[in-house]
Amino acid sequence: MKPATEAFTFPRRDLLKAGGALLIGFALRDTVRAQSAEGVAVVAGPDQPDPNRLDTWIAIHADNTATIFIGFVELGQGSSTALLQLAAEELDLAMTQVKSIRLESHTMPNQGGTVASASVARGGPRIRLAAAEARQALLKMASQKLDTPVDRLRVSGGVVSVAGDPKKSVTYGELVGGKPFNLPYTGTAPLKSFGDYKLVGSRVLRLDVPAKAAGKYVHMQHVRIPGMLHGRVVRPRGQGAYGDGARVLKVEEGSIADIRGARVIRKRDFIGVVAENEWDAVRSARQLKVTWDQPAALPGTEGLHQQMRSAKTTDRIVLDNGDVTAAFGAAQHLVSQSYRGPYQSHAPFGPNCALADVKADSALVMCSTQNIYDTRRKVAQVLGLDIEKVTIRYYEGSGTYGRSCYDDAAQAAAILSQAAAKPVRVQFMRWDEHGWDNFGPAQLADIRAAIDRDGKIVAYEYHGWQHNWGTTETSQQLALGTPAAESPGPGSQQVSPFNLGAMYAIPNMRLVNHHVDGVRYLKGSNLRSPLDVSFSFASEQTIDELAFLAGMDPYEFRQRNIRDERWLGVLDAVAHAAGWTPRKAAYRSDRRRAEGRLATGRGIALGTHTSSYAAAVADIEVDQETGKIVARHLYGVLDAGLCVNPGCLENQISGMLVQATSRMLKEEVTFSTTNVTSLDWNSYPILRFEECPAVTAMVVQHLDQTPSGGGEEVMGPAAAAIANALFDATGVRMREYPLTPARVLPALERRFA
Amino acid sequence: MAYGVRIRVNERSWRVDAAPDTPLLYVLSGELQLNGPRFGCGLAQCGSCSVLIDGVETRSCVTPVSAVGDRAVTTLEGLPAWYARQNRLPKPPALTPVQQAFIDEQTIQCGYCYNGMTIKACELLSKIPRPTEAQIRSAMNGHLCRCGTYPRIIKAIQRAAEAARATAISEHRQ
Repeated sequence: MKPATEAFTFPRRDLLKAGGALLIGFALRDTVRAQSAEGVAVVAGPDQPDPNRLDTWIAIHADNTATIFIGFVELGQGSSTALLQLAAEELDLAMTQVKSIRLESHTMPNQGGTVASASVARGGPRIRLAAAEARQALLKMASQKLDTPVDRLRVSGGVVSVAGDPKKSVTYGELVGGKPFNLPYTGTAPLKSFGDYKLVGSRVLRLDVPAKAAGKYVHMQHVRIPGMLHGRVVRPRGQGAYGDGARVLKVEEGSIADIRGARVIRKRDFIGVVAENEWDAVRSARQLKVTWDQPAALPGTEGLHQQMRSAKTTDRIVLDNGDVTAAFGAAQHLVSQSYRGPYQSHAPFGPNCALADVKADSALVMCSTQNIYDTRRKVAQVLGLDIEKVTIRYYEGSGTYGRSCYDDAAQAAAILSQAAAKPVRVQFMRWDEHGWDNFGPAQLADIRAAIDRDGKIVAYEYHGWQHNWGTTETSQQLALGTPAAESPGPGSQQVSPFNLGAMYAIPNMRLVNHHVDGVRYLKGSNLRSPLDVSFSFASEQTIDELAFLAGMDPYEFRQRNIRDERWLGVLDAVAHAAGWTPRKAAYRSDRRRAEGRLATGRGIALGTHTSSYAAAVADIEVDQETGKIVARHLYGVLDAGLCVNPGCLENQISGMLVQATSRMLKEEVTFSTTNVTSLDWNSYPILRFEECPAVTAMVVQHLDQTPSGGGEEVMGPAAAAIANALFDATGVRMREYPLTPARVLPALERRFA
Repeated sequence: MAYGVRIRVNERSWRVDAAPDTPLLYVLSGELQLNGPRFGCGLAQCGSCSVLIDGVETRSCVTPVSAVGDRAVTTLEGLPAWYARQNRLPKPPALTPVQQAFIDEQTIQCGYCYNGMTIKACELLSKIPRPTEAQIRSAMNGHLCRCGTYPRIIKAIQRAAEAARATAISEHRQ
């Protein structure tokens, strides 16, 4: 049987030697700036193909097809299809005539990380411009060849023909004639106007889906190379305080003496095992006796928010408009509450995996990541190699939803391969992934907001406490003793000026960030729509409470307080899709109690991440005897400007509605004073088929706008709509999520006490 | 201690050297280099590693290879042929109706859980050719999807049920 090793390499040198390439390049400064603003370090590669060289971005082949060199990774969201759609559109090629190749650090343009759902927004314009410039150059060549002015030429499927004389034609492939030639990228080629789009805005089927359905797609977890060993890491079950890492007191190598060929590899506090056979590696990791020093340095789940509130913080005013204090003094109704959000886990369905082949003077690491350049830097650090000696080759893994442990896995594989002097494939066990994740940070919030006599929001103040993202990967912390450190933020690690009240016209507004030092907490990082589920849970419930005090329908109340047309657009669209009928915050406790066991309710909410406009409606059912909430139907609407592929975006919205339901109703990382205790799908449950709502996903299309993010923005509003629906159903407001029966039932009982 | 064990996978007989407690998953992905069954939790909690054993969906991550005996193991790779035998079709289709429906409904995001989803859905349709939505949810409930593609999977299974019926009718007419 042929091994499933994928030997797909496409060195650029070979591509050039083969000839037949027209190549266009362009600069990247804007991307790097934008990434840095997001709080993600971008390291310019020392040996990247020169972005200013013409041979970096697009190649037209003699067979009349094109390769587009895309610097973004496919994370299961379909952006690789959408980016090719943009290129094919400007080149007037069919989708079957364009392809991209595997992302690798030494052969592909550095477009920074694939973060903030911004592949299409940031990468799209450059790919479009490059494609348009390539087309312009090809038309000039065709004009000479066909002895016809450019304005009389037409292109379809890469065939250039003369208007009115279609027999006179030449293909792109024939024009290039097997010789690469240079043209400066000017970025000035005219783009198609949106009225001429054939592919952009259409539901092109995703290119990765058929192979995934057939079981022929090569996920990272499927990559094997001859002679490789299997490795596993050995760590305490569940991380402790980020600052402590894990300290080894004793390793008893004899405890795996019965497993022939298994070998313990230790570098300071980093412990791993390698074996030729995967099962031997798995059972060795399980069987190896290691005594760990596990200090009781965590607050435990119960003491978490209290410790955050009493922590010494670094405070920063994020936004201060008008005179909040005076406005609160003069207001008609005021709402003031504290809210608490849990740590939540990326919990990829398939644990992270990496395969490293480290030689004395070079290393190849195959892995999943959102940023191959950042991964390369981290791998080089643990190996003590120069960055240019390390090559990172990207393979899509199981969905990651932000920075799960992928870099940790890449470093672990590299360390084990270096020590074993053989290629090593590492896959985390379930407890490694759940226990040592870079969790979405917990949050504590104090919010108050007020309305005037006419139901206009006049003042809004939000104080948020949370720590930032850890930057030291666990493998490096253990192997090198690198101290725990946090990224400086602010970006998505602070109180959000985009998602907190920003959709409403509020004259007096103050947002204050209270940064808690993260070393005495769990290791944190960006989890899909970072912090927004907590923000929306607090903010959109507050808006709902104001509507209730004003005696208004929550949809109408929001309408009255919005001026921005695009926010109004998504609000109206979701209300229309859900068939919203005016309800005066429908709950009346006497009536609901009389109705018996099952109470139904409906909630609405708005939200975003850093760009785009999203709205959601949730229909839920609450069992008043058990406190169990079942989401029956979620509606989500997203305006992300120009939507290149509505099919892909609808799938994203649909997935976000389900994932947000899971995060609002079920997900919470638990921990004792020594370590994380939610280590699998039983202790960290997520939504299942029988609990899954029906979903309605809608895209608001703006062909004349620039694209903005599409993979995160529905998370916050969908989660908040569920919380608002609970109030509608039962009159109960929850101040802490997830809304598990253990939390909801006591709240329901208090209501009648 | 490794020993020779004989297993029948996708209608072929294999002799592999493996310790008797080796979970079937590692034999399938390691010795046989199959990419269908894949590691998810190792605890029978998620369905990532599912295979059919004598037509019954089974978690290969907790099934010792020595416990398989002479029963027939079918992985995702062997599913179209299994489907053809089940339905007495003259030859295996390129994809089962369930897989084709996943494409038609564009259900998939990262796709990692789709080994289990496909195995379980095919098992369901072999037992209940036209399941209700409640039957689909109940049958699939032990399979997790982190991307949140459940609603589209439900639609796809309903679509596959329709397609399978139509195919069966036309094949038998020929």
